[in-house]
Amino acid sequence: MSEEQIKNLEKQFEERIARDEKIEPKDWMPDKYRQTHIRQMSQHAHSEIVGMLPEGNWISRAPTLRRKVALLAKVQDEAGHGLYLYSACETLGISRDALYEQLHSGKAKYSSIFNYPTVTWADMGAVGWLVDGAAIINQVPLCSTSFGPYARAMVRVCKEESFHQRQGYEIMLKLTQGTPEQIDMAQDALNRWWWPSLMMLGPTDAESVHTEQSMKWKLKRKSNDDLRQQFIDQTVPQAELIGLTIPDPDLKWNEERGSYDFGEINWDEFWQVVKGHGPMNKERMKARIDAWEGGEWVRDAAMAHAEKKAERKIKQAI
Amino acid sequence: MSLALLKEHYTNKNIIMSTKNWPLWEVFVRSKNGLEHRHFGSLHAADAEMALENARDVYTRRNEGVSIWVVESKDITASNPEHNGELFEPAQDKVYRHPTFYDLPDDVKYM
Ligand SMILES: [Fe+2]
Ligand SMILES: [Fe+2]
Repeated sequence: MSEEQIKNLEKQFEERIARDEKIEPKDWMPDKYRQTHIRQMSQHAHSEIVGMLPEGNWISRAPTLRRKVALLAKVQDEAGHGLYLYSACETLGISRDALYEQLHSGKAKYSSIFNYPTVTWADMGAVGWLVDGAAIINQVPLCSTSFGPYARAMVRVCKEESFHQRQGYEIMLKLTQGTPEQIDMAQDALNRWWWPSLMMLGPTDAESVHTEQSMKWKLKRKSNDDLRQQFIDQTVPQAELIGLTIPDPDLKWNEERGSYDFGEINWDEFWQVVKGHGPMNKERMKARIDAWEGGEWVRDAAMAHAEKKAERKIKQAI
Repeated sequence: MSLALLKEHYTNKNIIMSTKNWPLWEVFVRSKNGLEHRHFGSLHAADAEMALENARDVYTRRNEGVSIWVVESKDITASNPEHNGELFEPAQDKVYRHPTFYDLPDDVKYM
């Protein structure tokens, strides 16, 4: 194809997206669109998969059966989310194994929030309430993104996320109605998860690369700072309702803006964790790689069994 | 083990790995009787039985279905969007296939 022809195709492609048409896997697309989508969708999938680890940590120690089935179902949903997203990603021509390899070798990133430890039961509350809450804010706009398989996966994901946040908030609510120790535990979890949750919505607009392109392709509908403001405005009253204090002395309602003003985010910490120096980066990758390698013989055995069965079927037919 | 070591370990392992990957399956779900099976997504499984079981867990955790079909992705033949013109455009100028093409008096009833 000549350069002229490619330019023409690209123009038509951008116009289709501007008209709100969806792009499907076999449609012609600019290479940058394909690569950007593989990167974003796989990062998203990796986050769902690694995201199971901090919560999986508490399944066997959930305080009641009710909490245990809820947590188990939530973690199972996150596995499902990872799988929807991996398969959406594979429609662009990259194999599942290549995607795993990128995660395990450290080439691909996942959400930094999962590099923080879950040290008390209250963390299950804070994670559901805040981390899933921030994820919902990130994900809802993606239900109308331009790439069909991604948009469809996000519709399913968003439908399932709401229970995640509600079960987390309910855990916090119950703790704040409990003993002084339980109330402290809830407050302590909020103290530790508040700032990382704000960081989860991404670097400030001034620092964030490829926003304009992402807006055009509807991979982003609102800027990181707008999403963060939305999260804060939504969450502060929820904390007040259950008597918890947001750990930010500069947090103040701004009548004029109709929004909360908030304190400085420690972006150094954010970049440190992104670069691999968070409290749990090594443990998370180790757990993930151990699971993958430890499961290898099971995958091989299943394949061998399937082949044997198929052979037997053929022999019977002859 | 340090992360660097882990990485190296993994990469070396990857080279000698002779594992055969589980094939990809497309999943179709009938949400309730009376409706057709609809494409829900895909997944990996060693064989058809496992694909069905995995599809149950991945795509119907909240009563989304009463029946599942799985078919290996490689067995699907898909039309090429680049040929959409020759495939689908011929239908565009055949307005006479639609009821509104026919001029009938306004007061004709039951038609
Ligand atoms: Fe999720
Ligand atoms: Fe979730």
